[in-house]
Amino acid sequence: MRLLAQQLLLGILVGGLYGLAAAGLSLIFGVLRVLNVAHGELLMLGGYASFWLFALLGVDPFVSLLGVLPGLFLLGLCLYWLLFGFVVRAHEEVRIKNSLLIGFGLALALHALAVRLWTADERSITTAYAGEVMTVGGLKLPLVRLASLALALVLIVGLHFFLRRGRWGQAIRATAEDWEAALLMGIDVRRAYLLAFAIGTALAGAAGSLVSVGYSINPSIGLEWTLKALIVIVLAGMGSIVGTFFGGLVLGAAEALSAVVVGGPYREVVGLVIFFCVLVARPEGLFTSRGAFR
Amino acid sequence: MLDVRDVRAGYGDVQVLFGVSVAVAAGEIVALVGPNGAGKTTLLRAIVGLLPLRRGSVSWEGRPIHAAPAHSIVEQGIALVPEGRRLFARMTLEENLLLGAFAPRALGGRREGLERVFEIFPRLAERRRQLAGSLSGGEQQMVAIGRALMSRPRLLLLDEPSLGLAPRVVEGILEVLRQIHRDGVGVFLVEQNVQASLALADRGYVLENGRISGAGSGHDLLRDPHVRQAYLGPLAMDR
Repeated sequence: MRLLAQQLLLGILVGGLYGLAAAGLSLIFGVLRVLNVAHGELLMLGGYASFWLFALLGVDPFVSLLGVLPGLFLLGLCLYWLLFGFVVRAHEEVRIKNSLLIGFGLALALHALAVRLWTADERSITTAYAGEVMTVGGLKLPLVRLASLALALVLIVGLHFFLRRGRWGQAIRATAEDWEAALLMGIDVRRAYLLAFAIGTALAGAAGSLVSVGYSINPSIGLEWTLKALIVIVLAGMGSIVGTFFGGLVLGAAEALSAVVVGGPYREVVGLVIFFCVLVARPEGLFTSRGAFR
Repeated sequence: MLDVRDVRAGYGDVQVLFGVSVAVAAGEIVALVGPNGAGKTTLLRAIVGLLPLRRGSVSWEGRPIHAAPAHSIVEQGIALVPEGRRLFARMTLEENLLLGAFAPRALGGRREGLERVFEIFPRLAERRRQLAGSLSGGEQQMVAIGRALMSRPRLLLLDEPSLGLAPRVVEGILEVLRQIHRDGVGVFLVEQNVQASLALADRGYVLENGRISGAGSGHDLLRDPHVRQAYLGPLAMDR
């Protein structure tokens, strides 16, 4: 029983990062109707940024997160200008197909670049406080992962309030719901797209930073994280950033439970089984309805 | 103030407008009537920049605006209440109205604007936190008009505001248009409700098959035999 609870706890901790990664992808998909399958590679880049800042300059990963966020935001702006900006000029059905092609190409290129620059070695940030564990009721809580979950939650809540209250946040939601009506409001829809893409990319980077502290990174983690994010989006449904985050927690918990009940090797399978079941039983997602961001 | 000249526009291979010219002077109510598929909505979309022109021009206060991006039109003082209302259904009524004041010209006065809209449509004030998608058709139309007014327009374009609404609600909306007009805002009303819109308007145009087939004062058009025959039905002849 204690083993189960312990695994569940660890599952929820990693689930926060699933949620964070998925929130970025969901925002981009919901607003631009573009699927960026290179999302996991962008997460990988965020992880390496934090890793090298720590390894070379000794910057604490939780501090470097403050640099990774704007850094990946800028990268998102560039990627939109260079690659994805062309896609959104097309009709919606064409957008998804084209964005898949561009995303796969970008994913391959970033992966190759990472192998070339940083080798295929597994990397992880080991800070002085890396091994600290808090024990609550016999359950072990790794402090670094707990802090990561808390930070992920802070970012999600921050994004939620920006979308709710911010002038451009509301513009992004309006654009997601009806871009033509948004144009009539005087909203520069392309700017809303650009902003949503950059924010989504920044969130991927932040998730990557947190992965490199609590877990480990290598150039090949991209696809795995893109998949996790997709599973979470299907699980939680589109349209709610907070709902997406909870979807991440649920996936983390489900994976952990299955590791205990069915055995570790089936951990990855469970996510895909959930993916399948939700698509069959409730294709609109568990937590929300379709449409705009709330 | 608004001067539309010889506009040709369409979608793909289908040309819808074949050289349409209309004008709205400052503070005037102008109605555009015509059958389904005549190109009324297309003309409005061309005016606000949602549809590129193939030929012709749209000028506002003497300056051409047809090459400007669509999102910049509202900042010029032109607001469209689109066909089907196009509210942001998953946002609250108040959020919808505040988005109407997104343009810089209206941003500073959005609080006063909100109060003004609630003055015009008192029913909306009590439902401000409700999701726009959950409102009745009439209320949604009020929000759509209110949202356009939030941008402090000098010219309000309306596309079929009476569509699908009960006659009493339509009467209320026409009364509001009169009130908006009294405040000095120009109104360009596109309607299938020919009788009501021509009676309200200073001037009117008839659009048929993508061409203007009649123009004159609202009063004269209502007496025009062709208009009566085509739009008001044979019974109207006897009235």
